[in-house]
Amino acid sequence: MSNYLNHTSGWKSWVFTLDHKRIGIMYLVAILSSFLLGGIFAMLIRTELLSPGQTIMDADTYNRTFTLHGAIMIFLFIIPSIPAALGNFVLPVMLGAKDVAFPRLNLMSFWLYCFGAVFAVFSLVTKAVDTGWTFYTPYSTTTSASVISMTLGAVILGFSSIFTGLNFVVTIHKLRPKWMTFFKMPLFLWSLYATSIIQILATPVLGITLLLLIAERTMGIGIFDPGLGGDPVLYQHFFWFYSHPAVYIMILPAMGIVSELISVFSRKTIFGYRAIAYSSVAIALFGFFVWGHHMFTSGQSTLANMIFSLLTFSVSIPSAIKVFNWLATLYKGSISLAAPMLYALMFIFLFAIGGLTGLFLGTLATDVHLHDTYFVVAHFHYVMFGGTMIAFLGGLHYWWPKMFGKMYSEKLAALAAALIFVGFNMTFFTQFVMGTRGMPRRYYNYPEEFTTAHQISSIGSYIMGLGFVLIASYLVYSLMWGKKAPGNPWGAATLEWSHCPSPPPHDNFAEVPSQDTDPYDYSIVKYDEESDSYHLA
Amino acid sequence: MSEHSKNLAHHFSNTEQQFESGKLGMWLFLATEILLFGGLFAAYAVYRANHPEIFAYAHQYLDRNLGALNTVVLICSSFTMAWGVRMAQLGKQKQLLWSLMLTLVLAIAFLGVKGVEYESKWKHGLLWGKNYNPVEHVEAAPAHGIVGEAAPVDPPEVPTGENASLIAPAQTGPAGLAHTSGEAAKAHEEAPDNVHIFFGIYFLMTGLHGLHVLIGMGLILWIFARSYWGHFGPDYYTPVDLVGLYWHLVDLIWIFLFPLLYLIR
Ligand SMILES: [Cu+2]
Repeated sequence: MSNYLNHTSGWKSWVFTLDHKRIGIMYLVAILSSFLLGGIFAMLIRTELLSPGQTIMDADTYNRTFTLHGAIMIFLFIIPSIPAALGNFVLPVMLGAKDVAFPRLNLMSFWLYCFGAVFAVFSLVTKAVDTGWTFYTPYSTTTSASVISMTLGAVILGFSSIFTGLNFVVTIHKLRPKWMTFFKMPLFLWSLYATSIIQILATPVLGITLLLLIAERTMGIGIFDPGLGGDPVLYQHFFWFYSHPAVYIMILPAMGIVSELISVFSRKTIFGYRAIAYSSVAIALFGFFVWGHHMFTSGQSTLANMIFSLLTFSVSIPSAIKVFNWLATLYKGSISLAAPMLYALMFIFLFAIGGLTGLFLGTLATDVHLHDTYFVVAHFHYVMFGGTMIAFLGGLHYWWPKMFGKMYSEKLAALAAALIFVGFNMTFFTQFVMGTRGMPRRYYNYPEEFTTAHQISSIGSYIMGLGFVLIASYLVYSLMWGKKAPGNPWGAATLEWSHCPSPPPHDNFAEVPSQDTDPYDYSIVKYDEESDSYHLA
Repeated sequence: MSEHSKNLAHHFSNTEQQFESGKLGMWLFLATEILLFGGLFAAYAVYRANHPEIFAYAHQYLDRNLGALNTVVLICSSFTMAWGVRMAQLGKQKQLLWSLMLTLVLAIAFLGVKGVEYESKWKHGLLWGKNYNPVEHVEAAPAHGIVGEAAPVDPPEVPTGENASLIAPAQTGPAGLAHTSGEAAKAHEEAPDNVHIFFGIYFLMTGLHGLHVLIGMGLILWIFARSYWGHFGPDYYTPVDLVGLYWHLVDLIWIFLFPLLYLIR
């Protein structure tokens, strides 16, 4: 049967494709390669920290290693992971559309991503950046490392991200079928919509900030240079005006995936649909007004600190609303613990820890103690890895059969999920403890008494690494020898499962679904033993 | 459903949906442009609020007449562009070509005037950061000591050499603190510290705007070629419309830049 994978062949049919599904797959390959690279740097960091003093690298190399880990993971992996890879593939199909609104722009966004990635990685082979992923001035304007190529890369990646967001907003507004109102959209689309709004409104500010940094380095413009009457804290304000909303670019689509997974694998309509939808938009809006919490100890005025602290707390309200609704959805559901659901449950657990520890950091008095310690590192990884990465894995396992028409081994998937869960908590829970006891982040050396905690943390990261190797193995295995996937193995009611075969045909739908359906009404699909699949009732 | 014309992409069900999508996309793109400039406007606001004396003093070195001339030039170009869009809607190809040509000529005139202004700043050393090195006999400049007591050629508060920015606090303290008086009259007599901050912002803002003018010219040229080949007519003129929107935004940004930089107080 003709599908988007065998519709045409040859490398040109991929490199110049305008099909959102193929672009999504190319993005997937690109971001997974970036993840591998960033992950290798993470392993190097953890290995260096196995013992105090030098273990495998000198201090300068260590600075470059954690900078590259951060910059690659943030700009090349997490930001594009869910929207550009999974979102590109799924969004038009969920929407009942044949493609995104601007397929050429979509392809351009992918090639801009690759172009930006080349710039960013170029700084690897020259003099790798050692500023940390935040590029704070004045160090970033005075270090001899190749800050310019790295930041130029980030600017280009920003444009790629803007174009993806713009494309999604227009697609959602203009390409929905007539019957699908905003409140009949699957919640993943709501979260992608909110994410896109942030991408459009926040990313240009990162662009101008990094351009100013480049102007500072090349022309000595003096805006961030105290020696010339400039203000380095202004750089921090500019940077976090983008980079705080950017963490919602990372977490919102993850929450969207979890909303889908929790409902499908509880076989129960989502609890509080409107509350979840509105809370996505609320998070996107609130997220723009909290950036000052990164500058509590940078000499910001006390009044500003108090206001930013209050606003930061306010973001936890819509986040908590989502968690309560997911839990209420689980209540009395008939829960199936398939791999995607394992990740969804893991998300709720780890995100709750990550979110609650954020309150410690948003509180002025405790932040003074915890600022720039491992507590921050642990909090960030609980939200970004425990949150976004775990939801990405859930989404990847959920849509894998749709993307490639193949099933993977459930047993191995459960084993890998367990390895990642154990490894992750070993790695990062210990860092909460170290942080409260005063271990500063980004330090190359540490006192003897932290040795055990650092070693537990490093061993945890190896266990996690093992989990990822396992995932990579069984997914690649499934591509070659996996069981053929039915159209709707999970019994989901959203259009990509209920109305579209696996893998989807080139145009997604022979006929755009004209029937008014509820994305969370599971009575419209019935299980069929013979095909081991669900079909429209 | 309307018939599938050659300008209708397969994933749209009719040309109206396609046109509206393009238009929404363009508006969103314009929003990103405004936020891109927004960063610079924010920097402007921060430094102007903290150090008004720098702006009051330094803006006198900008040529108001040339700035006003350029404002008129850009407003005229917006008019010719709007006229072009109308002609495209009406399918009058010849008038469309003329109006695009006129818009291009006006854009070139704008960049020409800007070039004259840049050249005079360059000649007088009125540049950004470390390159701020004003020549003594600048027109309308106070005869003595633009940079204070020391010799104007090598001011002490501007560190030189590789370590320049490693010197954390300026020897004269933060910008403007040494001269908090800031009345217009006084500004004429004595230059405040860190005047180069104004020129840094001036060159960043007008430079980024100039870059947008250049991009706009490229787009207009592309539209010109396509209308020469007869691609547009009453039922398909989306690119002309969208380039028109972009050009109006470039114009609008200048309309904000002109008073903010040239007409202080
Ligand atoms: Cu933040």
